[in-house]
Amino acid sequence: MTVAEIMQTLEYGPAPEAAEPALDWLRSHRNRFGLFIGGRWRAPKSGTWFATLNPADGRELAQVAQAGREDVELAVRAARRAFAAWGKTPGHLRARYLYALARQIQKHARLFAVLETLDNGKPIRETRDIDIPLVVRHFYYHAGWAQLMDSELSGYEPLGVVGQIIPWNFPLLMLAWKVAPALAMGNTVVLKPAEFTPLTALLFAEICVRVGLPAGVVNILTGDGRTGAALVEHPGVDKIAFTGSTEVGRLIRRATAGSGKRLSLELGGKSPFIVFEDADLDSAVEGVVDAIWFNQGQVCCAGSRLLVQEGIADGFYQKLKARMEKLRVGNPLDKAVDIGAIIAPVQLEKIKRLVQRGLEEGAELWQPSWAVPKEGCFYPPTLFTNVAPSATIAQEEIFGPVLAALTFRTPEEAVRLANNTRYGLAASVWSEDINLALDVATQIKAGTVWINSTNLFDAASGFGGYRESGFGREGGKEGLWEYVRRVRPRTPLARKKASPARPQRPEALPPIDRTAKLFIGGRQVRPDSGYSRLVYGPDGGLLGEVALGNRKDIRNAVEAARGGFEAWRRASAHHRAQILYFLAENLSERAAEFAYRIAQQTGQEGREEVEAAIEALFSAAAWADKYEGVVHPTPYRNVTLAIPEPVGVLGILCPDDWPLLALARLAGTALALGNALVVVPSPQAPLTATDFYQVLETSDVPAGVFNLITGERDELAQTLAEHDDVDAVWYAGPQEGQAMVERSSAGNMKRTWTLPQTGPLPEVEEVLRQATQVKNIWVPYGA
Amino acid sequence: MALTFSQAHSLPRNPGMPLDLGMVEEARVNRSAVERRAATLPARRTVKKAWQAAWLLHAVKTLDLTTLSGDDTPGTVRRLCAKARRPVQPDLLAALGVEGLRLTVGAVCVYHEMVPTAVEALAGTDIPVAAVSAGFPAGLNPHRLKLQEIEASVAAGAREIDVVISRRHVLTGNWPALYQEVREFREACGEAHMKVILAVGELGTLKNVYKASVVAMQAGADFIKTSTGKEALNATLESSLVMLRAIRAYHQATGYQVGFKPAGGIRSAKQALDWLILVREELGVDWMQPRLFRIGASALLNDIERQLTHLAYGRYASMQYQPLG
Repeated sequence: MTVAEIMQTLEYGPAPEAAEPALDWLRSHRNRFGLFIGGRWRAPKSGTWFATLNPADGRELAQVAQAGREDVELAVRAARRAFAAWGKTPGHLRARYLYALARQIQKHARLFAVLETLDNGKPIRETRDIDIPLVVRHFYYHAGWAQLMDSELSGYEPLGVVGQIIPWNFPLLMLAWKVAPALAMGNTVVLKPAEFTPLTALLFAEICVRVGLPAGVVNILTGDGRTGAALVEHPGVDKIAFTGSTEVGRLIRRATAGSGKRLSLELGGKSPFIVFEDADLDSAVEGVVDAIWFNQGQVCCAGSRLLVQEGIADGFYQKLKARMEKLRVGNPLDKAVDIGAIIAPVQLEKIKRLVQRGLEEGAELWQPSWAVPKEGCFYPPTLFTNVAPSATIAQEEIFGPVLAALTFRTPEEAVRLANNTRYGLAASVWSEDINLALDVATQIKAGTVWINSTNLFDAASGFGGYRESGFGREGGKEGLWEYVRRVRPRTPLARKKASPARPQRPEALPPIDRTAKLFIGGRQVRPDSGYSRLVYGPDGGLLGEVALGNRKDIRNAVEAARGGFEAWRRASAHHRAQILYFLAENLSERAAEFAYRIAQQTGQEGREEVEAAIEALFSAAAWADKYEGVVHPTPYRNVTLAIPEPVGVLGILCPDDWPLLALARLAGTALALGNALVVVPSPQAPLTATDFYQVLETSDVPAGVFNLITGERDELAQTLAEHDDVDAVWYAGPQEGQAMVERSSAGNMKRTWTLPQTGPLPEVEEVLRQATQVKNIWVPYGA
Repeated sequence: MALTFSQAHSLPRNPGMPLDLGMVEEARVNRSAVERRAATLPARRTVKKAWQAAWLLHAVKTLDLTTLSGDDTPGTVRRLCAKARRPVQPDLLAALGVEGLRLTVGAVCVYHEMVPTAVEALAGTDIPVAAVSAGFPAGLNPHRLKLQEIEASVAAGAREIDVVISRRHVLTGNWPALYQEVREFREACGEAHMKVILAVGELGTLKNVYKASVVAMQAGADFIKTSTGKEALNATLESSLVMLRAIRAYHQATGYQVGFKPAGGIRSAKQALDWLILVREELGVDWMQPRLFRIGASALLNDIERQLTHLAYGRYASMQYQPLG
């Protein structure tokens, strides 16, 4: 076009970023990459290679190795060897390496950005201005944690070899989120990049060599799902960290069940984007653009469900459509392109299929008037209005540039719609009224809530999900716990045999037969089964009976817990503490009786356990109003509030021993932080728990927040672990039971915590962390 | 090929409307979100090569070439007008492939005393003379005198009048007073087009910028303009974005198109492009035309010439080669 012609139309014209430097780098490797194992490039033992393509034009960029089982074996071994030294390397030295990685990536930022855009198809503007700067920041930030680990995480040690599997939507950023905290905490890594997007990870490997990172600390295995599966199943791996689909996350959960591997999962989402009538609507429109047309909508936390207050909906859609007309789809290397290429034809097909479904289910589709390029993998920004909450496009993750809009009338309804999903990754809330915005933010079940903003990320802020969006956090101090474990052995309580002269009741008259029931919804109820189980003492003497609870009792208990949860979590921490203290007080009143019961059932002296339990309840009460959040110093004018929220409805299967202390330490602490509980007491000494519900009844514990079911531990555990309305299960029991619980938990991806069948109980700080999940609320401000 | 956009246009002038406080009070401006948009927009859009040349030539057409100094003399004003007639050297236009282009700036902007000189120096061209008025820059002269000043400038031949508002009306939320003031300015302007300078740097908040924009348009502004160039903080992309959104809302409500003029601190070609991009993205190509968009600047033109030189010849230019205004 001539200058004169352009002056007529004032079009933008092409503004391509040069691909040559990245293509040159690929050529310098002869467009063929081996596996990065033990600090060296190796040809795959599998002998197979596959192509990685540029989604914008379908052309091959390079051949990369397909790592097979043998290669995984080599890499895990290399990582294990390296761990011996790296795990003991002083924090300051690790900090220097991480700092060097940050510096190197910064110095080669444009090469990384261009390579990422070539391999992934996302716009250069995003790789250049968002992805790579966040990567650099992540390594800087965690260099700091390496430096501070000794003082700030004293008593914790690295896990060992960590297997990490990352997705294709933010290849290098997800690598950074995985590798930086792992290395900072002294772990070594075997990382598998996504098969669609291996290239920046390979460039990163080169950088690792350049900074002199000891061989084997970082190993990069390219490959497809089979490589990932081999890594997940490898017995030499201490932890798996995965980001990807909920479907694959579920497979990993099942595959690692009972292996003792730690697991963190960052999975899918269907995040709500809520616009209230008093929002800055023009800015909210820009928010929508950043929410759903960022990275072609291929973002796990994409704001893909637009919830608009009914009265302003039409006007808002008009603004949004006008804005959509201005979006530019095309060559991802063009600096003025907003939406690049969809990762692969298979993904494009999925998007088309779901859009078709949306139409069939009666939603109204709107797309801009212009057409997307015919060559390459492109899809236009798409708005669906008139979407029913039950529609497929309102429930299923599309992972494409498709927005489903629904309306609501009241804040209460907005929250209800927002939470009407299996996921819980993120949410965006738009209102100029801080009362409204924060009220809604605290009620949404999601790991991240952005107020009047969206898709803000920073290394200092933890990111991760509720519900089926996974568990564990990445970023912030909260993210470090995924890569460490406690060093100090848990301090056992001294045990003494009960004195041979067992305490005797004065028995002038025959004792009155007692019936221990279940405790559900604040009431003592008989078991559905109509059966009881006999409880014997260690000497074989019959001590009494407990109810044999079954599935239906669990169902009722979970229902009661769900019913009690919201009010309980919203009760002030002070109020919850008061109740915990009151529990301790009332327990203390009956200390002798509880000690007697413990001795009866276990043959162990019970007095000390009762005292320890009272102390544990005091400790729980003390923590209720002191386990507090932090304000993360993220680099925006905002407060990023990291708030520990209760996990929700918790199933607790107690260990065999410490029948009272386990109740106090595990259930008491979870209760103090606002969870609602279904507790299955020690199978050995269940009468302690059934005595305990009388203490609960006299201590103002609200109905439903503490439910007790006696019965077969593993049977009840399975029902709890499979239950879709249970948010977490803590299971103390045999190894097979642990495996069963972990496997069964995969249905709704509930959190699990497995503990040994007997032995010392975990420290309260671990219980506090397990009883909560961190929600980050970003609150920008500015007059 | 001779290319000019006709500056005469058949679209109706904004007649204003009765003060509607509902439109004012519904203002919602989230500063952080506005800043984010303003900060990312220049990174989302860019023009290169021929497109950049075309856009920069277009920027020249939207320029209100300005001199507002206490030491202005008829001589300096005549020099400026000569530059306004021929803002880009013919050889440069030829090198860019637009040799026939009859390129002039949007207007020449001066103080009242310089209006006759400018009118005379621009005789025979379409270039209007704009006069700053109404107690420019602080706006604290007696209201009666402001009206007389406007009338005098119009009588002297100014076709555009850039008036300043009383900032205190905004800062105290006295919207009826602001409305009345601007309404009377408009009447005094008669046929001359009125640009209402909000002095955004003195309004305290972006929400005030939005509200003042709405009131000025309701009172009949043809343009709303960011700044006098004399405030400590002048045109910013943030305040401009807020004003453009107000213009859009007013257009939706009334059907009238109000123009926009950023002024103060816009010195580089890159900045000029940023503002053009902002207008294109928020309002569309229509609003990029000189009848609806002007950039108030004095030093900008020389930097644009330097950039054009680079685009035409592929080497970087020196200021000494650009004829002074």
